[in-house]
Amino acid sequence: MYLVKYTIKRLLMLIPVILGVTLILYFVLELSPSNPALQILGADASAEQIAALEHEMGLDQPIIVQYVRYILGVLRLDFGSSWVSGYDVLDTFMLRLPDTLMLAFTATLWAVALGIPIGIYAAVKQYGVFDYGSMVLTMLLFSMPSFWLAILCQILFCLVLHWLPATGVGSLRHFILPALVLGANTLASMIRMSRTSMLDVLRQDYIRTARAKGASKAAAIVHHAVGNSLVPVITQIGISFAGCIGGAVVTESIFTIPGLGSMLINAVKARDVPVVMGTVILVAIIVGVINLVVDLVCAKVDPRIDLAA
Amino acid sequence: MEMDRSGALLEVEGLHVRYKTKSAEVYALNGLDLRVERGEKLGLVGETGAGKTTLALSILRLLPERVGEITAGSIRYEGEQLLEQSEAYMLGLRGRRISMIFQDPMTSLNPIKTVGEQILEVLDLHFPGLSKAEKLGRVARMLETVGIPASRGGDFPYQFSGGMKQRIVIAMALIGEPELLLADEPTTALDVTIQAQILEMMSRLREEYGTAVILITHDLGVVAEFCDRVAVVYGGRIVEQGSVEQVFARGMNHPYTEGLLGCIPELDSRAERLTPIPGQMADPTVQPKGCSFAERCGRCMEICRTRQPEPFESEGHSIMCHLYGPGEV
Repeated sequence: MYLVKYTIKRLLMLIPVILGVTLILYFVLELSPSNPALQILGADASAEQIAALEHEMGLDQPIIVQYVRYILGVLRLDFGSSWVSGYDVLDTFMLRLPDTLMLAFTATLWAVALGIPIGIYAAVKQYGVFDYGSMVLTMLLFSMPSFWLAILCQILFCLVLHWLPATGVGSLRHFILPALVLGANTLASMIRMSRTSMLDVLRQDYIRTARAKGASKAAAIVHHAVGNSLVPVITQIGISFAGCIGGAVVTESIFTIPGLGSMLINAVKARDVPVVMGTVILVAIIVGVINLVVDLVCAKVDPRIDLAA
Repeated sequence: MEMDRSGALLEVEGLHVRYKTKSAEVYALNGLDLRVERGEKLGLVGETGAGKTTLALSILRLLPERVGEITAGSIRYEGEQLLEQSEAYMLGLRGRRISMIFQDPMTSLNPIKTVGEQILEVLDLHFPGLSKAEKLGRVARMLETVGIPASRGGDFPYQFSGGMKQRIVIAMALIGEPELLLADEPTTALDVTIQAQILEMMSRLREEYGTAVILITHDLGVVAEFCDRVAVVYGGRIVEQGSVEQVFARGMNHPYTEGLLGCIPELDSRAERLTPIPGQMADPTVQPKGCSFAERCGRCMEICRTRQPEPFESEGHSIMCHLYGPGEV
């Protein structure tokens, strides 16, 4: 029961977060020297036409009024429509969301599935060849900019080996390279986190207790160390997944994937305020929900985390 | 398996253990000899760093990997040479025939598993033939035995107080019904009233199961109350051992034991100050040519700095000191 209560509480806490995000964003965008009415009507429009449209859009009102109107619209799930295309923001967002989610999800999935075992094994075999190898790998992955890695991958897998398509969407094969590139950073942080966490857990007294009970080294690791070492790693997975959605901006434009990232970049370039605002709010909600899921999972793994408090 | 029932339960002879760290080599045990009879309660006393815990971990062969190393000596348990056994043999021994209770109950339990699961694990490891229901029944009985309601088996360690956690650790150590229990300062981390309860309980359970106990402690009061025999460790050797009466009689003692006993306040004497032992614990990174206590000893002689003393024995009371040689007494 307290789980439901906690979930509701956390979702309600998203409201001030979103108000904060929108408030900052709205006023920053307001400062930019653009005239939406002019932008929509084009350079040939007469002064009367512009004034009429401004009135229609409410742009002649004080900014506070505009902001409150916007927020009231958001509460009714009305994010307005694009100043450029005229399409509804929410519809466009929902249209582009699946590709981005798919990309972020596959990137996080492979990074987690590979990173945690590597990190744990490196910790168990500390100072071994594998351990040093994994540390060199994480250093490389951390220090390579993703656009550079993306180009290298495109050259190798598309131009040289002809294994995978270089750009676009359409099949699962199209997602392999972008997910590889986007997940590289997550892989590095997963290896690092799980290794550090595991090393810490392996030194704990309860591991020695398990050994003194007669558990083999492997059994002590599997039954006592892994679970304990995962708690900080799970938190990191949530952060990384949110990071992947943000990082998709770069990856999507390199691989020309029509996801949220490319939508956001185009909107920023075109000063398309409703699209920028809408995308940021909706992404903020998604990230908030992910964090909530992470916290619920953490509480499931570690009984000491008391959600009711 | 034919076991030698006549001999001692545990015989440690000439045990040398060395810790290798990046900065130095530490000589933790330097030829330690110890005998524990069946069902005996032996107190192992000494300062921090004397090698008490190292001895316990050596017996279980659980010294920290790559750091701790047994360089010489033998450990015989029920006639079997433990140092020559396979790891598989040791797995069957740990928790079943020899158990250990660690110093800090706060950290010796896995925080994300229920205490019931953690006690059950011993049965899963050593009694695979028992049915699940039978195992759970034993866990419940064991919890009750150490004074914890069986219904709390599903609780996590953080939901218990320190004293209760130590009871759980003891339950975990005893459920395999071992012949030998290595209790490494089981009461040090607890407050005094709880200490007494835990000791009383251990004493009762020991009677019930007939388990031999090596009680590692630096608290002579605990030893006097709980043990039959005392062994005093200094610099990785047993410098004195004997029955509690022999050692505490203050008739004939190793100068180090005299120093330890001098640190206990006596109610019936009018001494206003306790007499501390001067100086520091001997540097364990150097192996002295003579007696390791020589630097701090008030009765140090020429020979003490140059030659290792041999144990002097009288009626089971053994002292390793040049003061008590064949010529002197």
